[in-house]
Amino acid sequence: MAKVLIIGGGGAGLVSALSAHAAGAEVIVITKTLPTRSQTSMAQGGMNAVLGGDDSIANHIDDTLRSSAGLGDEKRISFLCENAPDAVRWCNSMGLPFSRDASGEIARRQLGGASAPRACHAQDYTGLKLLHTLYDQCLKEGITFLNERFLLNVIVDEGSNRALGATCLNISTGDVEEIRAECVILATGGYAALYGKHSTNSVGSSGDGLAAAIRAGAKLADMEFIQFHPTALKSSSILISESARGAGGYLLNRNKERFTDELGPRDAVARAIHDEIASGGAVYLDIRHLGEAFINHELPQERKLAQIYEGVDPVQDLIPIKPAAHYSMGGIEVDDQCMSRVSGLFAVGECANHKTHGANRLGGNSLLELVVFGRHCGKSAAAYGVKNPASSIENDQLAKDTNFVRGVMYFTNQIDFYQKQEMLANIFYNNVGVVREDMGLKAVLGAIRQMQKELPFMGPRDKSKICNTNLVEFIEFGNKIELSEIIVVCAISRSESRGAHYRADIPARNDVMFGAHTITWREDGVLCADFME
Amino acid sequence: MEILVKRSHEDNPQAYGVDVENVTLLTILNHIKTKVDSTLTYSHGCRSGVCGSCAVRVNGREELMCEYKPSDGDLVEPLRNATVIRDLVVESSHIERFTRLANGWSENSREGNVSEEEMERIQTQSDCILCAACHSACPVYAVNPDFIGPYALTRVWRYVSDVRESSSNEKMGAIQTNGIWDCTLCGECVPVCPQNIAPKQDIMMLRTKSGMMGYNDPSMNFGGELDFGSPMF
Repeated sequence: MAKVLIIGGGGAGLVSALSAHAAGAEVIVITKTLPTRSQTSMAQGGMNAVLGGDDSIANHIDDTLRSSAGLGDEKRISFLCENAPDAVRWCNSMGLPFSRDASGEIARRQLGGASAPRACHAQDYTGLKLLHTLYDQCLKEGITFLNERFLLNVIVDEGSNRALGATCLNISTGDVEEIRAECVILATGGYAALYGKHSTNSVGSSGDGLAAAIRAGAKLADMEFIQFHPTALKSSSILISESARGAGGYLLNRNKERFTDELGPRDAVARAIHDEIASGGAVYLDIRHLGEAFINHELPQERKLAQIYEGVDPVQDLIPIKPAAHYSMGGIEVDDQCMSRVSGLFAVGECANHKTHGANRLGGNSLLELVVFGRHCGKSAAAYGVKNPASSIENDQLAKDTNFVRGVMYFTNQIDFYQKQEMLANIFYNNVGVVREDMGLKAVLGAIRQMQKELPFMGPRDKSKICNTNLVEFIEFGNKIELSEIIVVCAISRSESRGAHYRADIPARNDVMFGAHTITWREDGVLCADFME
Repeated sequence: MEILVKRSHEDNPQAYGVDVENVTLLTILNHIKTKVDSTLTYSHGCRSGVCGSCAVRVNGREELMCEYKPSDGDLVEPLRNATVIRDLVVESSHIERFTRLANGWSENSREGNVSEEEMERIQTQSDCILCAACHSACPVYAVNPDFIGPYALTRVWRYVSDVRESSSNEKMGAIQTNGIWDCTLCGECVPVCPQNIAPKQDIMMLRTKSGMMGYNDPSMNFGGELDFGSPMF
């Protein structure tokens, strides 16, 4: 029996766990908090699938391809869309309480960039209910969870380029642990939290898995593509779901006039909002005309969030909004079996780049991706593990990481890393945000390189061994710094505008030069980048 | 404004002075952690009331830090009925344990059409974010640490009242011991739920269903075999 170690207990991790378990593997899931606390809980809008009617799978494929702006892989997108109806039925078979339409079929709503209403949803709690339903199934299947484990590194045998397991910090005890397995699935989520208070994401979306992957020898793809959600609350960046616009909500400028097609693709809408705000204006989401009964029934979470975090009641008031970093299209480069360049190291969900979203993700395709590719990845990993039993070969990663965690306590703390983290978030939002240009990007790269040098002069102030969240946050900050350099290098290299990557200095798309994926990796510690098919 | 926080290494709560208004308790704690005292330890995640990480007690009542707007002098303490790991972080393995004990999952959910009304019947129960506020508020744990408890029983009611569910027999059997009959129906779990779920109500529904399935309330058995009709309270 193959042992599959899954890092991350969000949607992608849990689906992979169920799938690997069903394929006969022994599964261990480690998470840095509890599975139900992961980013998936925040997904609201829905999961795209064509369930009949006037819509067709070909339309779903076309919409996804078009939105991907030339960086979507047609074969993978077809796989995603063709498996979508079965993915939704599978979720239904586990008891996911989908909302229903008048005929009793799973209800679908219209989201931006889609040619038909096809986002299957459970009110505006789709991610929350999916995640909890999956967790319950994992408990039913007896899957082992090790919670409060923070990933440090993937263990790789350098000679054979083979993943052997992972090391992690047991947050509760402060001990560094090693878990060996036949294969490792990274399901660690995205990196949009490096935008700090300008991100809709949970604080945990710090890209730990991606940083560990590139250290382990994997390649990352298209890291400059970060989706900005058009409608986050202005003061807190908390997400107001696209379903508010799907249901007929308007975007208004400071003169209370509509200024864009509310249901365009997210990149276009976010840019239109950015332009209004940049010219000294403000932008509001208006759902007052939908009526209190409809809002309470269809958008209850939106109403509550606007009341608590912005102090406005959407039934009577306009909701002040801004674009905020929301989703990482970039991720670990994987093949058709979801395996990275490192043998036995798989990746799935937001931390992976399945080349289904390309330069811009459609709303409703991320939950779909984690279900479709999660099922595929779990099965692939289990099969790989059976064919390629792991060796119990010696490896010094545990010793290295134990020393690192011990040594980091002696960092000098002359520089406050929280302050640098906030600065990183601000300069990223302003220069590596919705609109970018060469000069600003290069300035940010300079600031990042400076921070890299300063890391030994930062460090955790809290010296406790037990439950040291200050230490965890410092290591997360290190991961953010590692990824931010890669993102900026990619954004500088891509001298064109495409999807979510918009260069004010080069607003045109250039397929001849840049109609390819931005691939990054490390060779002897040196960051390398190239455009590849 | 002054906020008092119960720390795990001291008997008396620690006072923090902060100069902010109309923000959430979580925003204040983040401010303290990043600017004042990086040893202050708590859990948080989505900051929008959906991940269930940041439940604590404020002045003795369970609140999500990301939704609660504090006042001067508020006392913040960790949740009850769970071992404190550090400061406001508590051990949460009971979530897995009680959900497993209660069989809080779908056995198999059938395909086919379901009316809007039937799905809406389990809408509230499936809004649960597993913040464990109800678990902290429940007085039964003082006498029975094995009580399956409010959130797990709400989960069971979610699945057994789902019209798509193929079988509820195992679930109903699993909650007879240390389950629905151990609840005192005090209702403490109801007002503390950030998602407006009423576990007490769900437990009463489970009791009714249990009765219909032939299960008995063990506490109603007063006199052993020769019971000539004890009064019902």
